[in-house]
Order: sequence, then C-alpha cells, then structure tokens
Amino acid sequence: MTSIPMPEEGTLTTKPVVDETNYLKSAYGIKSWLLTQDHKRIAIMYMIGIGIAFLLGGLFALAVRLELWTPTKTIVEAATYNKLFTLHGAIMTFLVLVPSIPAILGNFVLPMMLGAKDVAFPKLNLLSFYLWLLGAIGFVVVLFAGDLDTGWTFYAPYSIRTQTAVALAATGAFILGFSSILTGLNFMVTIHKMRAKTMGWFRMPLLLWGLYATSVIQIVATPVIGITVGMLFLEKLFHIGFFDPKLGGDPVLFEHFFWFYSHPVVYVMILPAMGVISEIITAMSRKHIFGYTFIAFSSIAIALFGFLVWGHHMFVSGQSSLMSTIFSLLTFSVSIPSAIKVFNWLATMYKGSISLAPPMLFAMGFLFLFGIGGLTGLFLGTLNTDVHLHDTYFIVAHFHYTMMGSALIGLIGGLFFYWPKIFGRMYSHLLGTISFILIFVGFNLTFIPQFLMGSMGMPRRYYNYPPEFQAYHQWSTVGSFVLAAGLFTALWCFIHSLFRGEKAPDNPWGAVTLDWKTSSPPHHHNFDIVPPVTDPYDMDDVYWDEESKGYISRSQQAALQELAAGVSGTQEKNS
Amino acid sequence: MSQAIDSIHGDQGQLSHEPHVAHHFESAEQQYDSAKLGMWVFLVTEILFFSGLFCVYAVYRSLHPEVFLYAHQWLDKGLGALNTVVLIISSFTMAWAVRNAQLGQKKALMINLTLTLVCAGTFMGIKAKEYSQKFEHGTTWGASFHPHDNAFGETHDGGELKKEDMPPNTQLFFSIYFALTGLHGLHVLIGMGLILWLLVRAAKGTFGPEYFTPVDIVGLYWHLVDLIWIFLFPLLYLIH
Ligand code: HEM
Ligand SMILES: [Cu+2]
Repeated sequence: MTSIPMPEEGTLTTKPVVDETNYLKSAYGIKSWLLTQDHKRIAIMYMIGIGIAFLLGGLFALAVRLELWTPTKTIVEAATYNKLFTLHGAIMTFLVLVPSIPAILGNFVLPMMLGAKDVAFPKLNLLSFYLWLLGAIGFVVVLFAGDLDTGWTFYAPYSIRTQTAVALAATGAFILGFSSILTGLNFMVTIHKMRAKTMGWFRMPLLLWGLYATSVIQIVATPVIGITVGMLFLEKLFHIGFFDPKLGGDPVLFEHFFWFYSHPVVYVMILPAMGVISEIITAMSRKHIFGYTFIAFSSIAIALFGFLVWGHHMFVSGQSSLMSTIFSLLTFSVSIPSAIKVFNWLATMYKGSISLAPPMLFAMGFLFLFGIGGLTGLFLGTLNTDVHLHDTYFIVAHFHYTMMGSALIGLIGGLFFYWPKIFGRMYSHLLGTISFILIFVGFNLTFIPQFLMGSMGMPRRYYNYPPEFQAYHQWSTVGSFVLAAGLFTALWCFIHSLFRGEKAPDNPWGAVTLDWKTSSPPHHHNFDIVPPVTDPYDMDDVYWDEESKGYISRSQQAALQELAAGVSGTQEKNS
Repeated sequence: MSQAIDSIHGDQGQLSHEPHVAHHFESAEQQYDSAKLGMWVFLVTEILFFSGLFCVYAVYRSLHPEVFLYAHQWLDKGLGALNTVVLIISSFTMAWAVRNAQLGQKKALMINLTLTLVCAGTFMGIKAKEYSQKFEHGTTWGASFHPHDNAFGETHDGGELKKEDMPPNTQLFFSIYFALTGLHGLHVLIGMGLILWLLVRAAKGTFGPEYFTPVDIVGLYWHLVDLIWIFLFPLLYLIH
C-alpha cells in the first residue's frame, strides 16, 4: 500500500521522511502502528480487522445460501449447516456490526469533529482494539476447535446441552463486550469534556449525537450481556442451574436477559449509521440539514425507548398477554423517532442540489432499505401477525434489511464519504457506482424472496424444505452472489484508489464540520490550528475552489488571515 | 525513528505544559475531569453488571421464597456482619487516603492504603472460611449441591435445620450465593491489586496536590465494591 509506507527490512538506504502534517507519515515501522495511540491509526487497524471478519462471515453466508439451493443436501451435512449459520450470525453481529461504524468511522472523525487532538483515553482506545482482536481470535478458535451450533442467540437450554464450544464462544462474546463498553465510555467522556471551547451541544455534527446515543446504549446494555454470557459460562462449566430446568432454573429468563441487550444493540448498529447518513445527505444535497434538533433528540429517544421493547422477541415464549401487549405498544412508539429522521432527511434533500456521487447513492439506498426494514418491523410488532411470522424467513429478511441493508450500507456509504479524508486519495466514481448498483440489486434479490417465503411459512434455520420453496431459495442464492460481487467491487475500488487514486482535496464534498477543515490526510495532531466553530451545516461557509478542486471555508480563511495579521483573536494555537 | 515513536506515545510528550498532563488535554483540570467522569461511567457499567445477578435473585426469590427462608440459615450472620464492618472501615481508610494524597501527606497516605489493603485481605480471609464451611457441608451450587448429614442440625443462631423440611430447588439459593459473592470477591481482589499499585506509586512520591487522580478514582471503585457488599449482606444473610 503506497500510502501507508513501511520500511522494508534491510533494503532501506535513506530513512523515510517523518512528516508531522500527515498522520500516515508521522512515524514509521510496524510498532508505530501496533502500539499507536493515535485514534486515526487505531481506526485503520479496526478497518482492516473488521474487514477480514466481514469477509469470513460473508463466506459462511454464501455457504449457507449454496446449501439451500436444493431442498435436500446440496453441499454440506446438516450439522455443518448449523455451524455455518451460527458462525455467520455470531461473527456478523459481535465482530462486525456492533463495533463497525463507531470503531472505524467514529474513531477517525469523532475527535476531529470536536476540534480535539484525540479521544479522552487513547490508551483505552488501543486496549479496546486489542480486546476486539482477542475476542476475534476466540471466535476463530471456536471455529477450528469445537464449533458452535446454537445460533447467534445462544438460547438455553440447548446451549447448555450441546457439546459444541459454547463456553469459549461465551468468553469471546464477553471480551468483545468489554471492548464495546470501553469504546462507548471513551466516546462519551470525549464528547462531554473535549469539545472545542465554543462548541455547544447544538453545534455538534449529528454524527456525534448518533455516537453519543450509541455510547449510552453500549454503557447500559453491554454489561447485562456480559453477565448473561458469564452465567452461561458458569452453567456450562459448573452447572449452576440458573437457566437449566433440571436444576430449577428457567430458560425463558435467559431470553429476557439476552434480548434486554440484543434489542438495544440493534440500535448500536443503526444509530451511528443514521449519523453518517445525516452527514452525507446534507453535504451532498448542498443544503442545511432540515430539523437538526429533531434528528438530534430522536437519536436519544431511540436509545432510551430501545430499552423498553425487548419483549417483542418473546411474544410466543409464553410471556403474559398483558406484557406482550405493552411490549407491542412500546415497539410501535420506538418507530416514531426513526420515522422522524427519515422525513427530515427527505426534507433536507427536497430542492437541494443533489450530487449522485457514490456516498449519496449509498445514502439514498439506505433510505429505501431502511424504509422497508423499519416498516416490516411493524408487522412483527403486531401481536397477531407476529405469531405467524415469528421464526420464519420473514424475520431473517426484516433484520437483514435493517442490519445489512441499513447499518452496513451506512458503513460503506460512510467509507466512500470519508475515504478521501482518511487516505488523502480520491477513488473512481465509476467503480463506486457499479458497486452500489450491484449491492443494491443483489441485496434486494436476496431478501425480497425471503420476505415472500417467510410470509408463506418457511421457517428460519432449517436445513431441508418442501420443494415449493425452491424457486425462492434459488433467487435468494443468486442474489447473494450478486451482492458479494458488489462488495468485492467496492473493495477493488478502495484498493485501486490507494494505488492509483488522484490526490484528494481537503474538502471534496463541501461539508462544513470541522473534520473537513484539516488536510487530507489529517495532521498527526489533527489540526495545525483549530478552525473556528460554526454552524456545522451552514453551507454558505464553504465555496468551491477550482484550483484545488475542493471546497474552502470562509470562516477558517478569515481566521487564518487574522492570525497572520498578528491579531490573534479567539483562536488558540494548538501545537 | 524512536523519536517519532516517542512523540506518539503521548504521555510525557514535550508538548504538554504541565507534568502529568497528556498531550491531547489542554489542562490538568480537563484531564482530571475526564478521568473522573470516565470512572463514574465505568461504575455505572459495574452496577449494571451486578444487576443481572440481582435480577436473578429477585426472580427466584419471588418464585421460591421458601427456599430462601430455609437455606439462608446455613449462612453465618456473625461472620457476614463482621465482614460488613471490615469493609466499612476499609472505605473509611480509603477516603482518608484520598485526602492524604490531595494534601501531599506521603506517609499518612501509605499508612491508610496499607490499612485498606489489610481490611480487604481480612474480608477475603473470612470469606474463605465461610466458603470452606459450605464445601464441608456439601452446600454448594447447582448440580453439586448435596448437603451432607453434618449440614443439618443446629444453626448459627440457635435454630434447627431438619433435612426433611428442605424445600425442592434449594440448590438455587447456593447458586445465587456463590455467583454473587464470587463476583464480588473477584472485585475485591482486583481492588487489592489496584491499591497495591497505588502503594507502589505513593512510595515513589508520585502523588500530591498537583496529581492525585489515580487515588481518587481507585477510591471511587473501592466504595462501589463496598456498597455492593452492603446490599449483598442483608439480601443473603438477613432473610425473614
Ligand atoms: C433499526 C434497526 C433494526 C434492526 C437492526 C433490527 C434487528 C432485528 C433483529 C436482529 C431481529 C431478530 C433477531 C432474531 O430473532 O434472531 C429483529 C426482530 C424484530 N424486530 Fe427488528 N430491527 C430493527 C428495527 C425494528 C423496528 C423499527 C421495529 C418495529 C417498529 C422492529 C421490530 C422487530 C420485531 C417485533 C422483531 C421480533 C420478531 C419475532 O421474532 O417474531 N425492528 N429485529
Ligand atoms: Cu427487537
């Protein structure tokens, strides 16, 4: 990779030049990466790690889809099939989606958006990366030594009885939870304590509101899954009996604990994506965001309401009908803040001058797919329809529209958006557009058939199925390969950019937030001089500069001139 | 190259204006506030972590009150109360130690930290005695719960436990007892490690009016550990 220079052993004649104005060149050598406390480098390590995990999880998914090509055995045995979908689900949720946007994009831009040099606790940030790595290694060990066939949900009592490596997987999940908590804690403290002096809460970019709401959930919900997998671990090793009916325990209690975390955690996945979408849509529509405070508070509302709806996963578990009714009602209420966001984004786009560059394509894809994902959630929140749809492919399609179609598309859109800032290189818009089309078409082709067969009663997680479902399964499998082709195109687009991309301007999209007012790639300490804090969406602050092929901020320019004239006003010299 | 690496290893970077202030903070105050807020948030996660087990306790106590009424008589209220006193004293010496650090009283700081450590050790010692009693009686968790004959008979406060009165699912009480006190004990051990670390740093004269953050935040942690015990004691030992 040309833009991440590393000296080659022995062949080095001249020392690489240390360049403090570029974090990629501020230090060299493998140690300067592995032991770095720079949030930007940690973000890149996460990017690589999560990318590999995503590849692995994706390969398992393709294997599952291939197996379902015929109603009976196609490529693997039933037991292997169970392991494939379990590992797919567990890797995608715990290793990929939960950390993804906060750890990659959040880590990179959060301090810059605040005008800070780093997160509040850089060492904890690095520790949280290594905890992630340890958890990831745990899962790889599970893969090779023992396997796992419980589904990502670890439901008792099967998880207690199975001979597969539940205890090890529980340990892995526990460690990953710790990593997630530390990231949330770090972000929360950073947002509270490290904002630039003149940045009030309502001058924060909306991505930060999203990340803040996310950290609330990470902090409140994650310890509960920690103790839950802890109890599962004790169950496996010492037969403690909390969830084991033979010992007086109650398996449904496990479901409660599990969903008390795992419902809120779907918002850990979606809230940061919504934040990214807010940033993309306003910059690419060249318009001030519509309804800033509504979007900001709806993030907080989602985080809080999200804690009160877990029972909608348990409508058929035998919980009392009074409880089910209340959970159903609350489930409907949580869709209100999500809808508020969607309407505000649409209003932002209305009469905007929309650019159809790749980030915006993904943002618009998000609107469409999240629309479907969210609306089908209402079918599931309705008691009588859920009894029919529960544990069918309808559920599988629903949560893929929200988790993959929304959270992951948000991540990819965000990568296209921030890529020029992260690596200082532009990419081929053509490749980006092709990848979007393939991903969008492939995704819908994969999951629309799943909605259909789910509504007809095809259960999830089944190895064999009646022949009348075969056509749906085959469409879905074809779709999954188109989707995979799209993802590889995006990967190719990124790698191509690293080697062949044109040099990126500091602000290619005309965004107004502080992270775009530093060089691309940023200074080692983020800013030479912290730019003045403005309304983060005041599009009049920037103008197009033909010479640099990017946007320039008027307020920043004025501040620099003032400084040069020796009248240092409200500015603060940073380093 | 090593120079370059040093400069990313923040802490004593030449950029900071005051000693102990990491390069990315603007002032000692900002750094202190951040550490303190971080610790409070961490304590919130600790409380939620324990709350899972408290929830298990609440559920099974409401489902099987008779189990709790019967089984708690196996616990030694005297030892439990003694441990409560020991931990409260340790919280007091810890709070005092924070004051010593703020005032730069190195010797008093070390004495108070040592006292805290001694109390914590005493707590663990008493706990170990209680645990060994449970193992002797065979009154342990879940599947391993097989009370021996020596478990029955006269209780610590003069009552009598009869084998034939034992309700079904009594093992649940001991599952909960061991999970809760075990997790708490683990926290005491971690706390002891932290206090030891403070002691070493205090001996080097690290702490003073300018810089006492670690003492302060370990203190917060220790008070939480103490507080959790104060809930555990009545919930497990004092059941009517
Ligand atoms: C915002 C992003 C969302 C994500 C990431 C998401 C994710 C998920 C997941 C992972 C499951 C099922 C997991 C399993 O059973 O293994 C699920 C089920 C469910 N979702 Fe969502 N969801 C989202 C939004 C919504 C919304 C907006 C609603 C309703 C307003 C909703 C209602 C439901 C219901 C009721 C179920 C349970 C259905 C059943 O198991 O019978 N979801 N969702
Ligand atoms: Cu849910």
